[in-house]
Amino acid sequence: MFANAPLWPERASTIAGNVDALYIFLLVVTGMMCLLIFTCILVFAARFRARPGHEAEQNEGSIPLEITWSAIPFVVFMFIFVWGAVIFFKERTPPRGSMEVYTVAKQWMWKFEHVEGQREINELHVPVGRDVKMIMTSQDVIHSFYVPAFRIKQDVVPGRYATAWFHATKAGTYHLFCAEYCGTMHSGMVGDVVVMEPAQYEAWLGGGTATGSLVTTGQGMFQSLGCPTCHRFDTQGRGPNLTGVFGKPVLLEDGRTVVADENYIRESILVPSAKVVSGFKPIMPTFQGLVTEEQMNALVAYVKSLSQPQSGGAAGTPNLKPPTSQQSTENPR
Amino acid sequence: MATVAYPSPERQNYLNQEYGIKSWLLTTDHKRIALLYLLSITFFFFIGGFFALLIRLELLTPAGDLVQADTYNKLFTMHGLVMVFFFLIPVVPAVLGNFLVPIMIGTKDLAFPRINLLSWYLYIAAGALMMHCMLTGGVDTGWTFYAPFSTAFTNTKIVEAGLAAFIAGFSSIFTGLNFIVTIHRMRAPGMTWTRMPLFIWAHYATSIIQVLGTPVIAITIVLVAAERLLHLGIFDPKLGGDPLLFQHLFWFYSHPAVYIMILPSMGVVSEIIPCFARKRIFGYTFVALSSVAIAVFGFLVWAHHMFVAGMSVYAALIFSMLSYLVAVPSAIKVFNWTATLYKGSISYTTPMLYAFGFLGLFTMGGLTGLFLAALGIDVHVTDTYFVVAHFHYIMVGGVLMGYLGGMHFWWPKISGRMYPEGWGRLAALIVFIGFNLTFFPQFILGYMGMPRRYWQYPPEFQVLNVLSTAGSTVLAVGYLLPMVYFLWSMRYGKIAEDNPWAAAGLEWMTTSPPPTYNFEETPVVDFEAYDYENIKAKEAPVAR
Repeated sequence: MFANAPLWPERASTIAGNVDALYIFLLVVTGMMCLLIFTCILVFAARFRARPGHEAEQNEGSIPLEITWSAIPFVVFMFIFVWGAVIFFKERTPPRGSMEVYTVAKQWMWKFEHVEGQREINELHVPVGRDVKMIMTSQDVIHSFYVPAFRIKQDVVPGRYATAWFHATKAGTYHLFCAEYCGTMHSGMVGDVVVMEPAQYEAWLGGGTATGSLVTTGQGMFQSLGCPTCHRFDTQGRGPNLTGVFGKPVLLEDGRTVVADENYIRESILVPSAKVVSGFKPIMPTFQGLVTEEQMNALVAYVKSLSQPQSGGAAGTPNLKPPTSQQSTENPR
Repeated sequence: MATVAYPSPERQNYLNQEYGIKSWLLTTDHKRIALLYLLSITFFFFIGGFFALLIRLELLTPAGDLVQADTYNKLFTMHGLVMVFFFLIPVVPAVLGNFLVPIMIGTKDLAFPRINLLSWYLYIAAGALMMHCMLTGGVDTGWTFYAPFSTAFTNTKIVEAGLAAFIAGFSSIFTGLNFIVTIHRMRAPGMTWTRMPLFIWAHYATSIIQVLGTPVIAITIVLVAAERLLHLGIFDPKLGGDPLLFQHLFWFYSHPAVYIMILPSMGVVSEIIPCFARKRIFGYTFVALSSVAIAVFGFLVWAHHMFVAGMSVYAALIFSMLSYLVAVPSAIKVFNWTATLYKGSISYTTPMLYAFGFLGLFTMGGLTGLFLAALGIDVHVTDTYFVVAHFHYIMVGGVLMGYLGGMHFWWPKISGRMYPEGWGRLAALIVFIGFNLTFFPQFILGYMGMPRRYWQYPPEFQVLNVLSTAGSTVLAVGYLLPMVYFLWSMRYGKIAEDNPWAAAGLEWMTTSPPPTYNFEETPVVDFEAYDYENIKAKEAPVAR
């Protein structure tokens, strides 16, 4: 319904249908409320208009009526609330095994980097029928990643990672907007999301000018910054062994437990003393200002790769083989 | 100086008591201060409206062609700042509230007349600073001042604009403080809490928000200035700050500020509807207490502006639910106003037409709020034109319709003259049509995905934007008309009777315009509010 209606946005993701369904429900419910109120007003205004021989009939109010018109809206509102919340949880929970795209937003462009190493600006190529998780940060001010056809939006805040996900259902080219005002050319910070059939997407991936996968780049960074000096792949290092860490809970020196997600890795590189792993000393220097956002993404992707099944197994030898494009076909969801 | 010459129309009143510029600039009479506010607020309304028209003209075509991108960004920023801080927040309390609160509760003046004058001077100082800021470069952050754009990236006059808002905030705090003390301490004998007009209840609730909420925006502005000037790390992650902290602080004030704007207009509507339906208001207690409920719950929903900002999903859940709770008292009000019409004797005067307009537009603004409070939908429509349309339905549709209705209703009392009824009705109709033409298309634009604050946009959005721009010109005519005929009526209008509408309320029991101390002798209240059972309607309330 409404798929090709005029004045209706295109629907090209799995979540779009859910959002539209609630939206249509709300249009009906609020339309009925409007109709009820406006009809009452118009009918009363006409029927009880001032005219000779007509007098107003006083009446103070009615408790049962007050209770009725408080309780019924309340119940309806709670129903809408729960429905909206269910969709929101789905929107905010990327499925496991999503293909990942790292994103750096800056005044006034979108920079994307696929794990295979392809980089693009203001254009994002994704395959139809796959879960895609955007791992996004900003180099300067707050931006917002907005694809109306997917009905998703996520503010991209500097200094942290924000994530969003979608599952495109229809090949085509869709608007990408920056939705959080970000300065002079805010309205120029737009681009295209190009959704392709899987085969075409593979061809596109192969045809690019990738300079090695994100993980390889990250591994290079890891070496050149001297990280392995302390983060050894055994238990003898001055820093924790990073194998298998990602996605797991980590016990901290102060007794708290945090889950090692992208933001935790990022923070540990930039502000190492913020959350020190239990049993280690806060001796790591900060890398603030030494790594760009793109290099940070590569480092994060590398640390994450140390926890992937094929790399975490053998004691400490990180898998140097980059996850190739064949990986994405192995893992159809 | 006019001498007492009762009962000639030149009898002594607050307008002819004294003449000369000094008698106005140094007055402590709440009614004169209300007129000072009326002049200055009208001035800022037309400044803000002028910016709005330029914005709409730019958006007539998809390309950014009328003004530069930077100019456009400054236009919507200044439009927001002027309209929010110098029009919407003070408009009803500082003009109608100032004039009516003491009269409606039967006292001579506000509790602190000199602080009342100080409020106006602070408003003028803030306004002058804002004008200076606009004329020497302006600001381009949007009225929301989001960090770190405002603290580290823009080169425009953030600190100056912030200071102007800071000072205007104190003007607002003083007004609120004055109302709270006056309403608690200075009611006439017999004017119990349950006999107070709902206009007073609405202003009481508003004042609580002003006094409790405004200091938070003042603190936020100081923190922005500290980060910008002294590079203290508060909001900018590069300095170790948290950008979301800014948004929490900003909306902690700026969401309740929406209720500062709308509650007084709800109070106006609660006066107009009973008068022109010749009925006691339906459910007095519920309408009165719903104002207080809105003031209280209004403080607990601020983060619904931040569902996609990167908050925890559980926090979002709580704020979404609380946002639905605050919708209940608003719904109660709308139902009670509608029920008041039932079995009334309704005349379609200009104030009543504005009240009908208020009911329609506020209902639509409120119901579209249900869309935005639904988490799953908000993700799609937040920061789009859907939000722009929604809050204009509340702030322009609601607040302004209430204000204009109130201005027409009390104009005979304020000026001692009648406005021309035919022109009044025509203007009300033009405003209603122009408003819907301007803002309804923006709901559709928003769901289609057009982001707000866009200087240029994809061509498929053009048709609806053209409609919206067309509507804005109609709306401009509708707003200019009352200004013209109000001015005209001050000289040529029919002399107003003391109670031209046969309305209830103490303000109608004194002369039009009232004497300086409002009443010849302190009134004693031995009747309920909206005692329309015992007030005979005029044969023809309005000359047809």
